[in-house]
Amino acid sequence: MAVLVLADHDGKHIRKSTLNTVAAAQKIGGEIHVLVAGNGCGDAAKAAAAVAGVAKVLHAEGAQLGDELAENVAALLVALAKGYSHILAPATSSGKNILPRAAALLDCQQISEIISVESPDTFVRPIYAGNALATVKSKDPIKVITVRMTGFDAVASTGGTASIEVVQSPGDSGLSTFVGREVQKSERPELTSARVVVSGGRGMGSGENFKILEPLADKLNAAMGASRAAVDAGFVPNDWQVGQTGKIVAPELYVAIGISGAIQHLAGMKDSRVIVAINKDEEAPIFQVADYGVVGDLFKLVPELVEELKK
Amino acid sequence: MKVLVSVKRVIDYNVKVRVKADGTGVETANVKMSMNPFDEIAVEEAVRLKEAGVVTEIIAVSCGPQACQETLRTALAIGADRAVLVETNEELQPLAVAKLLKAVCQKESPQLVILGKQAIDDDSNQTGQMLAALLGWSQATFASKVVIADGKAQVTREVDGGLETISIKLPAIVTTDLRLNEPRYVTLPNIMKAKKKTMETLKPEALGVDVAPRLQTLKVSEPPKRKAGVKVPDPKALVDKLRNEAKVI
Repeated sequence: MAVLVLADHDGKHIRKSTLNTVAAAQKIGGEIHVLVAGNGCGDAAKAAAAVAGVAKVLHAEGAQLGDELAENVAALLVALAKGYSHILAPATSSGKNILPRAAALLDCQQISEIISVESPDTFVRPIYAGNALATVKSKDPIKVITVRMTGFDAVASTGGTASIEVVQSPGDSGLSTFVGREVQKSERPELTSARVVVSGGRGMGSGENFKILEPLADKLNAAMGASRAAVDAGFVPNDWQVGQTGKIVAPELYVAIGISGAIQHLAGMKDSRVIVAINKDEEAPIFQVADYGVVGDLFKLVPELVEELKK
Repeated sequence: MKVLVSVKRVIDYNVKVRVKADGTGVETANVKMSMNPFDEIAVEEAVRLKEAGVVTEIIAVSCGPQACQETLRTALAIGADRAVLVETNEELQPLAVAKLLKAVCQKESPQLVILGKQAIDDDSNQTGQMLAALLGWSQATFASKVVIADGKAQVTREVDGGLETISIKLPAIVTTDLRLNEPRYVTLPNIMKAKKKTMETLKPEALGVDVAPRLQTLKVSEPPKRKAGVKVPDPKALVDKLRNEAKVI
């Protein structure tokens, strides 16, 4: 039995989500192989070979693999699937795009966003926006699985000495082409891997007002997030959204400011180690999950908090 | 061109879901059901494409029990032209739904299928990608903008860290993200009109699809509850707690 993990990488480095996924693979058991597919991703393949617990890296190069197009990467996974009992990918936007396509081609029913491995064929996954947990058993010969990063502690990115094997990939499907990318440039840590997250909600009142959270995020070296209400109101971009329909985060410290605590938001952050809420409404549901709450006007409290942190 | 949209009947997003005491599932008796919100966005997008003159006919499809007729009527009221119900009382998992939709696509030959990116009950996020795989068509998931021209769709996708644009050959599959559009309110005259539109019923057996579930649900449980903490009077007390009690800063 061997487990194949589809790596999430930027060509040079392996992203942390890959380390969480390798951790899930370790819980399943068996030899762990990591597939690094891309266009000029030799450095990422080397980085994957150094990841603790990895036995072998499969390195696939090709112009058609450069932009993570689902048609091409899924075809590669299917070509490699023979001999694997499990195929895993992190539940990133890329993993979620590619893996179900591969699963269907293999005639397997994918298991999405697992948070726990009970046995090699039984897994726990959240349903209904995290309001219930389902324990499911797969009868398929190959278990095709996406892994929710917050469910598994990342393995070490060093200490491994895996071999690297070059693998051939099927050619371009000709079905889709990459046009362009608009990446939000930010000096801040990435939302899903940050140690501290500062999020604002509808209570911020406007996009302009999010500026008052910046000194706080600077002071805590935090990523900035938002509730769906704030995104829907157009205050901030969609990729700031924390919640069931956005990013799932589990930082050491989550600071929710002007966020009432709708179920769909809680589903995205309730696994944080420490939650702080600042809200003017003392009945807000966010206080039912917060470790520490302050009731009051955020426009007065946030600057005060920044001053206190400087002391 | 013809477009097909798939719609799922789910527990309304405003309902607080309760896990059954015997751990077999969640409570669905006497619970308000609605169209999956992402599917509403899919129907709306199809209607806008028709209003823009790109699309000539919209077929709404739902797979599930007879009660899905209600959901299909809603799709017709938003502006779909006709409906197809693939009726079954079996539990349907995404791979089975993708196989049923593939069979319907082979009957109807649409140039475009629009689906919600995920259903808010099982949160699988699979059916669109699987349908694309089974048909051998291109896919653009998590769409926030769709432009159709010259036998291609240019789709802007919501991805981690920002937006990405790809060009896909038709026929194609598109799955919707939240910001693609804001679905219109259904008006009474349109609800009345929807009643006169045709609704065809098919059976999985007639389509030659085996829908037997591949995943067995062993149990459904409540997630561990987080305990409410303490309220502190001011930022000074908060910083003290974070430094000395939680030791997180």
